[in-house]
Amino acid sequence: MTLESILFIVFAAVGLASALLLVTRRNPIISALYLILNFFALAGLYLTLHAQFIAVIQILVYAGAIMVLFVFVIMLLNLRDERSLREGLSWKKVFAAGVSFGLLMEVIYILMTSASGMTELLPAKATEIGTVEAIGSRLFTRFLFPFEVTSVLLTAAIVGAILLAKKKLD
Amino acid sequence: MMLAAAAAFAVIMAKINEIVGPRRETDEKVTTYESGMEPVRTARERFSVKYYMVAVLFILFDIEIVFLYPWAVSFRQLGLHGFVVMFVFMFVLLVGFVYVWRKGALEWD
Amino acid sequence: MDHIDILITLAKIVAAFAFLILGAAMTVLLERRVSAFIQNRIGPNRVGPGGLIQPFADVAKLVMKEDIVPRSANRFIHDMAPMISIGVALSTFAIVPFGNGIDIFGRHVKLMIADVNIGMLYLLALTSVGVYGITLAGWSSNNKYSLLGGLRSSAQLISYELSMGLSLIGVLMIAGTLRLDEIVLRQTQYIGGILPKWNIFLQPLGFITFVIASFAETNRLPFDLPEAEPELVGGYHTEYSGMKFGLFFLAEYANMITSSAIITTLFLGGWDVPYIEGLGLAPLTLALVQVGGFLVKVALVVLFYIIVRWTIPRFRYDQLMNLGWKVMLPLAIANALGTGLVLLLIA
Repeated sequence: MTLESILFIVFAAVGLASALLLVTRRNPIISALYLILNFFALAGLYLTLHAQFIAVIQILVYAGAIMVLFVFVIMLLNLRDERSLREGLSWKKVFAAGVSFGLLMEVIYILMTSASGMTELLPAKATEIGTVEAIGSRLFTRFLFPFEVTSVLLTAAIVGAILLAKKKLD
Repeated sequence: MMLAAAAAFAVIMAKINEIVGPRRETDEKVTTYESGMEPVRTARERFSVKYYMVAVLFILFDIEIVFLYPWAVSFRQLGLHGFVVMFVFMFVLLVGFVYVWRKGALEWD
Repeated sequence: MDHIDILITLAKIVAAFAFLILGAAMTVLLERRVSAFIQNRIGPNRVGPGGLIQPFADVAKLVMKEDIVPRSANRFIHDMAPMISIGVALSTFAIVPFGNGIDIFGRHVKLMIADVNIGMLYLLALTSVGVYGITLAGWSSNNKYSLLGGLRSSAQLISYELSMGLSLIGVLMIAGTLRLDEIVLRQTQYIGGILPKWNIFLQPLGFITFVIASFAETNRLPFDLPEAEPELVGGYHTEYSGMKFGLFFLAEYANMITSSAIITTLFLGGWDVPYIEGLGLAPLTLALVQVGGFLVKVALVVLFYIIVRWTIPRFRYDQLMNLGWKVMLPLAIANALGTGLVLLLIA
């Protein structure tokens, strides 16, 4: 086994374990912590794929920014325990189980049909396209339009956030 | 590797205390500190929505910075084109920033 | 990667840890002595020559103390928080280059632990995770002072993280790489043959905003609102005792050293000692002198941190947030765009 496949197994195991713990823990803050751990495992997986930029962004944006908001919201809502939210077998749960099952089937189907071509996807080219320099030169030329639209999206999000919070501020 | 070593160090240092340190728990000692008064209710209260606002704005501007990094690194290759492109991007976001400012979401009083 | 490479990496990690922890201990002592000097006191001078052993005695004392967890606290998170803080503080150091590479036993050894080509982003990513240590400490204690301290602190940290990230853009544009060792290499030349080409001269505005943001990120005065003693008792670590408190303390000082090292690397030329090429030193001696130069620079920045702490009063919270969002952020953006304009005009 190469070092890379060992690392892959380690990160995958951590990712799966933290994902399981995330959904089974009672305390929402602890769940949030496991989600952060899960993001770190994901970042590790990206690293084994030589996608360093994506790996760092995963931590910087998801673990470092979005999860801060999650933790704030959990604290703000003051959910001491999810016991108060407990509910019986409602149609929501049935629906969620159905969707999850469908997704699982889809993943299995994809893996069954295209398993052969998966391993050769990581030749020298992968190390090239994962770098920041490569992303920089593509993003601002070929993918220019999506990039510029992102700024509009972000501005819209800013306005939306202000509007939502303003009601409470006044 | 550094991450693992740092984590190991952190755990060892925190746990060594539990082994070496004394453990004499009294009722008074494990009560929450509140300047010598009996604690009034719990600290798990709701707090100002402003902290939430800061977190939301942080995410949005953080994403902007994430876009700036690859731009800065390949700035020399991109040249004038790159500058104009980023200027447009920043301008749209600046409009959002000015909006936030004018709406008073940055005021802390 | 063969066995010798792994051994070298391990040796580097041990060396960096020793440096950080001993450095933090020495910084604590230095801080106490300097503050005593500023306030016309003597400071700790009994334990060991000039008080040199004092920090170690303090650690020994902290370890022997009882670790009290309040009854209403969340034990698991209460335990986790200081570990997150110290873990982040220690691992950030991995990307700092101590000196130019040296050749020993026919191998080229780079004097940094993790030679990653995303160096600077790694720094930002870890900084952003550091927020959790303080937020969770404040929340898990279930103490009003702690919660307020933790919340204030996290709002402060994320606000200044933006200016920190933005003020580095200028440096990046000049260097054209995220690798810290290459950023240092670019600074080894001269402007007009005299002035060292350090980024502090090329990016004065970026330097100032970065230093201010670093002060805020390390929770040092004038930005130590999270533990503003008169109003918040101890802030986020009010309910911590023993070595868990010690870890927060250690993390603060380790962060101080790391950020001094980063400031040195990015703006003060890193290990570059100007005008040294003229002396014609042997490669190994040269490398050692450069490492020495790096350490001296870091020590000076740390001293600057300490002197600022004991001479400048604390901000009020609204002033702090105003400065972060209304002054630092626009300044940093202007710096990035301005640098771009100047680079375009030169090219």
